[in-house]
Amino acid sequence: MTQVPASWFLTLSAVLFVLGVAGFIFRRSVITMFMSIELMLNAVNLTFVTFSYELKQVDGHLFVFFVMVVAAAEAAVGLAIILTVYKSRATLNIDEVNSMKN
Amino acid sequence: MDSFIVISLIKTFVIFAVLMTTLAYLQWVERKVIAHIQVRPGPYRVGPHGLLQPLADVIKLITKEDLVPPYVNKPLYLFAPFFAITMALLSISVIPFGPTIEVAGYRTWMQLTDLNIGVLFILAVSSMGVYGIALAGWASNNKYALLGGLRSSAQMISYELPLSMAIASPLLISNTLSLRRLVGTQAGNLWHWNLFHGWQYVSFIIFLIAGFAETNRVPFDLPEAENELVAGFHTEYSSMKFASFFMAEYANMITVSCMATLLFLGGWVPPWPAEYGSSFVPVILFAGAGIIALMHGLNPARKRDRYTLPAFGVIFLIIAAVFLLPIVQSWLLPLFWFLAKTGAILFAFIWVRGTLPRFRYDQLMGFTWKFLFPTAVLNLLATALVVALVS
Amino acid sequence: MDVILFLVFAIIAVLAAINVVVQTHPIASAVSLIGVMGSLAVLYLLLGAEFIAAAQVIVYAGAVMVLFVFVIMLLNAGAEVRKGRSFMASLLGAPVLIALLALLAWFVERIYPESVGVHFGGFTGGGPEAIGRALFTTYLLPFEITSILVLIAILGAVVLARKEID
Repeated sequence: MTQVPASWFLTLSAVLFVLGVAGFIFRRSVITMFMSIELMLNAVNLTFVTFSYELKQVDGHLFVFFVMVVAAAEAAVGLAIILTVYKSRATLNIDEVNSMKN
Repeated sequence: MDSFIVISLIKTFVIFAVLMTTLAYLQWVERKVIAHIQVRPGPYRVGPHGLLQPLADVIKLITKEDLVPPYVNKPLYLFAPFFAITMALLSISVIPFGPTIEVAGYRTWMQLTDLNIGVLFILAVSSMGVYGIALAGWASNNKYALLGGLRSSAQMISYELPLSMAIASPLLISNTLSLRRLVGTQAGNLWHWNLFHGWQYVSFIIFLIAGFAETNRVPFDLPEAENELVAGFHTEYSSMKFASFFMAEYANMITVSCMATLLFLGGWVPPWPAEYGSSFVPVILFAGAGIIALMHGLNPARKRDRYTLPAFGVIFLIIAAVFLLPIVQSWLLPLFWFLAKTGAILFAFIWVRGTLPRFRYDQLMGFTWKFLFPTAVLNLLATALVVALVS
Repeated sequence: MDVILFLVFAIIAVLAAINVVVQTHPIASAVSLIGVMGSLAVLYLLLGAEFIAAAQVIVYAGAVMVLFVFVIMLLNAGAEVRKGRSFMASLLGAPVLIALLALLAWFVERIYPESVGVHFGGFTGGGPEAIGRALFTTYLLPFEITSILVLIAILGAVVLARKEID
């Protein structure tokens, strides 16, 4: 068997996505939650590229391209927000950032 | 299939050995050139004209006490120099040093592998090189190292932008991302090189300036300046780990020079074709150097040169004779032209180090964001406009 | 050969992803996430997506993660403090997660029994030329909109992270 069944790639993508969700739900530090979001986005990218291989079209790669661009923009703005929140609240624990009032 | 693996292993070993020796002797060349700019002899005593100085340095660095301070973050501290040197050496694997070479019936490229995204591979590997420095600064648990690491990483990622724009302009003209085919589109003579034929003068200058900043060389070497930040991000490193950062810097320098040669100066293509006699240029150069060395060896200025100068003269004359053999000319001549062009750009790197003062950090960042990046974007737009109008 | 490559890099990706979630100090999570992205880039090469693999390393692992690492180093907040959790949660947590993941994997395999075999070189349409052609013809509108989106993100980040000069 010199070929990898494409369903293995989909399984790997599902496993990475679930690990990202687990990290998002169970971690309390804002930055680690952000990194779990990036992990989820990467898992979805893998799914897109796998289906692009199956259907022998390049459109899946274009979707991945746009997901990467949007993820980069979101990471930039999100990290700026984290910096601002840390400056005013001095904590990165998301349980303590639960009110708009300072 | 297995002859491919054996040939690749042999090529890897040859390129690695030559690269390591070149890194050591590039440091010798740098010290000699800077010394002569400052009107002093430079390394002179260890071996003839200091040629064994790199060997002495290697022995010193290996036998130094390899101290791991107790307050550092050990996994990251040990990982950072390893990662830096791995990324620096990885980018050499796609650089073509010449066309094909035939040894004992096996014909192979003078390159470890030719990717059809070769330029993107080098950009990717240089983007990953930032981590070696950032993690080294963080893991050292030292204010100066952290500041140096952060400044150096911010500088490297800021200058990656004009670097990518300056790389994109000759790619619009050559229409390929593979490094071997890039040289193929510049075949012919001097006027077919991307620098002259495509009017890429601005791109070349932007590429070189961004290359200086990417490799943390003067005038952009504030993050590792000795008299500003103790020693920057490698303050807490000693012996072989410090040597890996040094080797990584020189290997990055070699990569940037090779990329400039391939993108702008036509790689291994001689300035005028071989039928008009360009094969004799290396012969004339080496023979001339040999004769001058022999003539100076007759009445030397210093007593020890009585033996070394004639020895060098004889060696140069032998090399000139080797260039006349037709067996080796097919691969030795392109290799000579490639090394000559890369060597010229490396000499420019060292020349600038001996001449210019260094930028302050806010001047450095202001220069890239306010001047270099807009210029690179405008240059890319102009190139794209001309390419669209002409074709 | 392809199977060995897939297994090695898939296992590295899963172990690094587990490390992202488990580590207390954010910098260890960030370095593990870089490992995940690197192994995913190799898997993209196996799927014939060479431009996307290079873009993954240049953009994701080489720029977005550098941003994360910078913010972690600048904030210097230290390791996360783990408050006590219930005994049942720490006993059942990992086994239940593994059981659910195994169930998920079994379902995915059941839905795709006759899937295409992936081998290196099976799809050659993922090169820069194909991507560029599709990007500037079929997907031109999303391309222009994402460029405006990136401009908005740059302005937002600069405004948010600016020091207030009173």
